[in-house]
Amino acid sequence: MGDQIFQTQLENGLQVLLKEIHTAPIISHWVWYRVGSRYEVTGKTGISHWVEHMQFKGTPKFPAGVLDRAISRDGGMWNAFTHLDWTTFFETMPADKIDLALNLEADRMINSVYDIEEVNSERTVVISEREGSENDPLFRLDEAVQSTMFARHPYRNEVIGSINDLHAIQRDDLYAHYQRYYNPANAVIAVAGDFETNEMLEKITSHYGSLPGRALPDFVIPPEQQPEKERRVDVTGPGETTYLQIAYRAPAAANDDFFPFTILDSLITGPTSLNMFGGGGISNKTSRLYRRLVEKEFAISINGSLQATVDPFLYNIVITVHPKHTPEEVLEQVDKEIDTLLQVPVSQTEIDRAAKQARALFAYGSENITNQAFWLGYSEMFDQYSWFLNYVKRLEQVNAADLLRITREYFQPGFRVVGIYRPDGGQR
Amino acid sequence: MKNNSTTSHSIPGPEDIHRKVLSNGITVLSRSNYSSTSVVISGYVAAGSQLDPLDKLGLAYYTALGLMRGTKKADFQTIYDRLESAGASLGFGASVHNTSFGGRALAEDLPLLLSTLSDCLRNPVFPKPQMDRLKAQLLTGLAIRAQDTAEMAALEFDKLLFPEHPYGRPEDGYVETINNIDRSDIVKFHKNYYRPANMVIVVVGAIEAQQVVDLVESMLGDWKPQPAILSPDLPIIQPPINTIVQKVNIPGKSQSDIVLGTLGPKRNAPEYLAASLGNSILGQFGMMGRIGDSVREKAGLAYYASTSLNAWIENGSWEVSAGVNPENVDRAIDLIKKELRRFTSELVTQEELDDNQSNYIGRMPLSLESNNGVANSILNLERFNLGLDYLQRYPDLIRKITRQDILEAAQKYIDPDRLIIVTAGSNGSLKDNP
Repeated sequence: MGDQIFQTQLENGLQVLLKEIHTAPIISHWVWYRVGSRYEVTGKTGISHWVEHMQFKGTPKFPAGVLDRAISRDGGMWNAFTHLDWTTFFETMPADKIDLALNLEADRMINSVYDIEEVNSERTVVISEREGSENDPLFRLDEAVQSTMFARHPYRNEVIGSINDLHAIQRDDLYAHYQRYYNPANAVIAVAGDFETNEMLEKITSHYGSLPGRALPDFVIPPEQQPEKERRVDVTGPGETTYLQIAYRAPAAANDDFFPFTILDSLITGPTSLNMFGGGGISNKTSRLYRRLVEKEFAISINGSLQATVDPFLYNIVITVHPKHTPEEVLEQVDKEIDTLLQVPVSQTEIDRAAKQARALFAYGSENITNQAFWLGYSEMFDQYSWFLNYVKRLEQVNAADLLRITREYFQPGFRVVGIYRPDGGQR
Repeated sequence: MKNNSTTSHSIPGPEDIHRKVLSNGITVLSRSNYSSTSVVISGYVAAGSQLDPLDKLGLAYYTALGLMRGTKKADFQTIYDRLESAGASLGFGASVHNTSFGGRALAEDLPLLLSTLSDCLRNPVFPKPQMDRLKAQLLTGLAIRAQDTAEMAALEFDKLLFPEHPYGRPEDGYVETINNIDRSDIVKFHKNYYRPANMVIVVVGAIEAQQVVDLVESMLGDWKPQPAILSPDLPIIQPPINTIVQKVNIPGKSQSDIVLGTLGPKRNAPEYLAASLGNSILGQFGMMGRIGDSVREKAGLAYYASTSLNAWIENGSWEVSAGVNPENVDRAIDLIKKELRRFTSELVTQEELDDNQSNYIGRMPLSLESNNGVANSILNLERFNLGLDYLQRYPDLIRKITRQDILEAAQKYIDPDRLIIVTAGSNGSLKDNP
């Protein structure tokens, strides 16, 4: 992807990042807020995600349903996502229709209604979303592992929130959360596509410039202690399939360690794509754990995931256990592989290979203007856009000594949580 | 990267889609796009699950997944090492009519992608240990499927809607049928049905069209021609004669999935676009159309409730799906049926028609933005014989559709008193005779 971007901050604190791309008559406009499950307290888990839902329920100017219709009529695509560190809303539109997106995002940044009936109707929608996830054994396992890993940090909660909190949260809680976090000083606007920078900046200033910005006090999170011993968690449920999830504490994205960790991820479980749109992934059949576990029939499949986050989150290895083995036997094999990493230096060829994979994933992601706009804002949520620009270069600089140090530091059994989903044979 | 020919600004058409049929019957289609340094390939050979023996359902799929497990020239790890080292990907799958493939790579690695494709299609050896391993993976896939409420509802729905027809059978088979397949079945399936006749390959990305044709010719041009496989004789598909309600019990699930619907038009039916536009009004537009508005927005019953029109060569299905709490299954079905009655008895409003026409035409640039989007569109043009100028004619075709056209299409296919209704989940209550 090209490097030319324009960056500024309006007087109300709103950060703006613009990138001209003239390959298609399309513009993608994103608003990012620094709020997600990381900013939630006990009793109010899931509130950020629910607020995101409520943002589609209308303002006096654009009542519920009007927005949908307006965007869709113009052939646009829009959606929103809530994650650990952020909530984001985007519209990708034919270039000549983009004013609508600016108009509505600026409006709902401060004018959403939070009608009590809409709140209650959306409560059951969000609960339904959670129930859909609960149908999946891997969601239940992940929820158990995550809450075991963190004693205090809000990363212990799933973004969707606990079922009790979803029943307890009230309209005024949602509205207060909205008022606190949705304001220009806590937001980033990222726009990519077929526009002239000066013209786009003028539009942004006219739509967002007059909204009042309020700086937010730091959200204080009690320091999370490094665990002293490995913890295990068992989940049982329907089905015939056993899953093993091994979670290590990963470095924060802005930490230098994130880059060698990314190379390790690629070696152990295959490259993780951080693209949100487009591209697709690269298979992982030559990764070390695939060779050791799937090729040797200890596992049916393996998957690793590393996420770019503000605070140290998780490196998850999720394994579908082969019916002829126990999860304990699989875990033993994983430990042997980690031991190999500690004993035998990784070759430069392997490191170069991982860097090339990252380069390819970048090229795939750049086919798509929505994905390029995504990166403009996403990188600002945990670091800066320069993180993204330097990403491949920093991967190329990783050497075998870095990898050894990272393995020693992060892949200690004492720091991990091992979760096992054991099927109860459909006896529930 | 700056492009020298900004072809992606225009709608693909005969001027910039290059099409050539090789002497052995392979159709090559290509379009250049230099907005990124990557290429995608997409295509199929005419060896689909309709050729599966009934006691060996899943054979076409098992064969497709076995192609990359080793060839005369390279073993499994070598094949994947070359691809993954280049950051490239390639995969195969099976549908009723075809075995399909798709892949992507940096443009510089297109030769690698095409030579791997050619080798896997023509020279697979299906090594016994690999095929046994693959079988265990397929069986675990089926065990996971058996726990998936949405998939199980869809599976049962297809079975009831298309009895005695391949459209009603799962491409990935059943535990018993997969267990019935051994390596020799796979070798035979490949030998009998994989051939260049009726193969289609589309390449889109940062490469000149002529170069694509030359490359495909050099990799696949010497695949020995054989006559095309004739499709098996299939029963005529009849719409449901009354409403059939079926429940799939899957213990321990928080949510139930509903799939409800009937037949839809085949892709080449004259009323297909009217049905498609109507489907958008019914359960797609904005937040999942009328049904989304009723079931999710107003009643708050579901996170998703939407419709889909699936149109194939011979026939199609018109489906509503929703995920709801087991206690709300009946209420959701009632709301959906109410919308179906309205949809089949009243004209859509002029406003709805305008909105949806505008949406269909306006979203074209978005759907054609990525190499993948373009490749899939071109593949559909070829597969359904729509003509290389179809995408350019498309806005006019959409504008011509009237409210009456939509009502007629709705009435032709949907009868709210003759539906297939399937739910999958735990403890749901269904009325005996809705």
